[in-house]
Amino acid sequence: MALAEDTAIDLTAMPEEASALADIRAMVQPCIQCGTCTGSCPNEFAMDLTPRHMWRLVLLGRTEDVLASRTFSLCSACYMCTLRCPRGLPLTEAIGRLKQLAARRHLSHLRSGDLFYRNFIASVRRHGRVREMEFMGLYFAQMMNPWLPLRYADMGMRLMRRGKVTLQLPSRGGGGLNRLFEKVAEMENRS
Amino acid sequence: MKYLYYPGCSLEGTAREYDISTRAFMAAMGAELTEIEGWTCCGASAAEAVSELLTLVLPARNLALAEGMTPPGRDILVPCSACYLNLRRVEEKTRVSHDLKDRINEALAVEGLVYHGGTRTRHLLDVVSRDLGAAAVARRVVRPLTGIRVAPYYGCQCLRPYAVFDDPEAPRSMEPLIAATGADLHPWTMGSKCCGASHMNTKMEVGLKLVGAILEAAQGADAVVTVCPMCQINLEAYQRQVARQTGVAGTMTILYLPQLLGLAMGLSPEALRLDLNLAVTGGFLEKFRQTATAA
Repeated sequence: MALAEDTAIDLTAMPEEASALADIRAMVQPCIQCGTCTGSCPNEFAMDLTPRHMWRLVLLGRTEDVLASRTFSLCSACYMCTLRCPRGLPLTEAIGRLKQLAARRHLSHLRSGDLFYRNFIASVRRHGRVREMEFMGLYFAQMMNPWLPLRYADMGMRLMRRGKVTLQLPSRGGGGLNRLFEKVAEMENRS
Repeated sequence: MKYLYYPGCSLEGTAREYDISTRAFMAAMGAELTEIEGWTCCGASAAEAVSELLTLVLPARNLALAEGMTPPGRDILVPCSACYLNLRRVEEKTRVSHDLKDRINEALAVEGLVYHGGTRTRHLLDVVSRDLGAAAVARRVVRPLTGIRVAPYYGCQCLRPYAVFDDPEAPRSMEPLIAATGADLHPWTMGSKCCGASHMNTKMEVGLKLVGAILEAAQGADAVVTVCPMCQINLEAYQRQVARQTGVAGTMTILYLPQLLGLAMGLSPEALRLDLNLAVTGGFLEKFRQTATAA
């Protein structure tokens, strides 16, 4: 119960977060806790909360418990739960909303995904198209783990031998998308 | 048959052979592709982790560009499953919500673009299996891939959540195409299981489990065929790590669908850029050489 009260305090402190949470809760409101999502999830083995359990906590408003878990960040968007949900709920999309909420908080236990996606999107903003090597390089640098690139060294060498990674693409997409990104941010802050 | 073409970022980089083989195969089938001028990234799986509106606006920008191409009325062909889903999602959502379309257009206005909702995005496998068809492929086969056993791997996002051209849990649309090449089908149930997508970059230990299960089930096949650059690189690039984990040793050949079809249609491995794939075994190439003497 104490957790629910903490959550209530958080929500009044951050109105935009409260409205995002209300949206997510509305998306899964008809959940009957059957567990089909858990049974369908290919990543469930690595999760601390099962998907069914996570949705229950969302409905109970125990947001801090949800955001403290790894569960939603382990969704690989295979859409199997969405396909099979007997209530027809947009579960994968609701998980996307949880990822967005977490991204705004820059949670430390989700750092790798957070940095990966932010560098990816920053590359799109700069060039219009993704420069795979540029953003992977920035991601490795910001992770500040000297061993991490080694896990990709074998692949990197093979990509390089095939001339796939030295290639720096001209931004034929007409340059960056800065104006569009600024407009989207303005619209999202407004609502 | 004429299509607009959205290659997506991967097909300019790590998946260049998918772009090259798709163009070569479609040309050999007599289909015409016109690249959407000025296309930009669809947001991949990254936009959804950052912003809901951006997830829709980035693909919508490309749909608006497609609407401006003349002549109108051509479907948009997309080889990458993630790009396909992102573009398709905007079509599906704006069809039922005019408010959403207005919001998207408010953002697109800064680029001088408008999306009217008149596009139709199609996955490459949809176009190959339903517009072109296995019979048309079979008519062009000059080098039957006799004795080569192929496991069709569909992945997720060309099948789900929008079940457009195949059974989203037990897909079979590649089977007649594989049969048309003269190759044998590797029967398995892993065709629509997830490869882990970007987990391989952020949570490698989880990604390796999923890929390991797929590669293990593929044992006995000569090649796995994919229709997505993300699936492809996950299956081909980490086989040594997977071998260390699962004990399943040996390299598995991973090809893009238009590469397999192109080989049977007499396009050369060079033209289809098999040299760019990360996992093509000597054993596979030897079996392919043997098909020449048989033909």
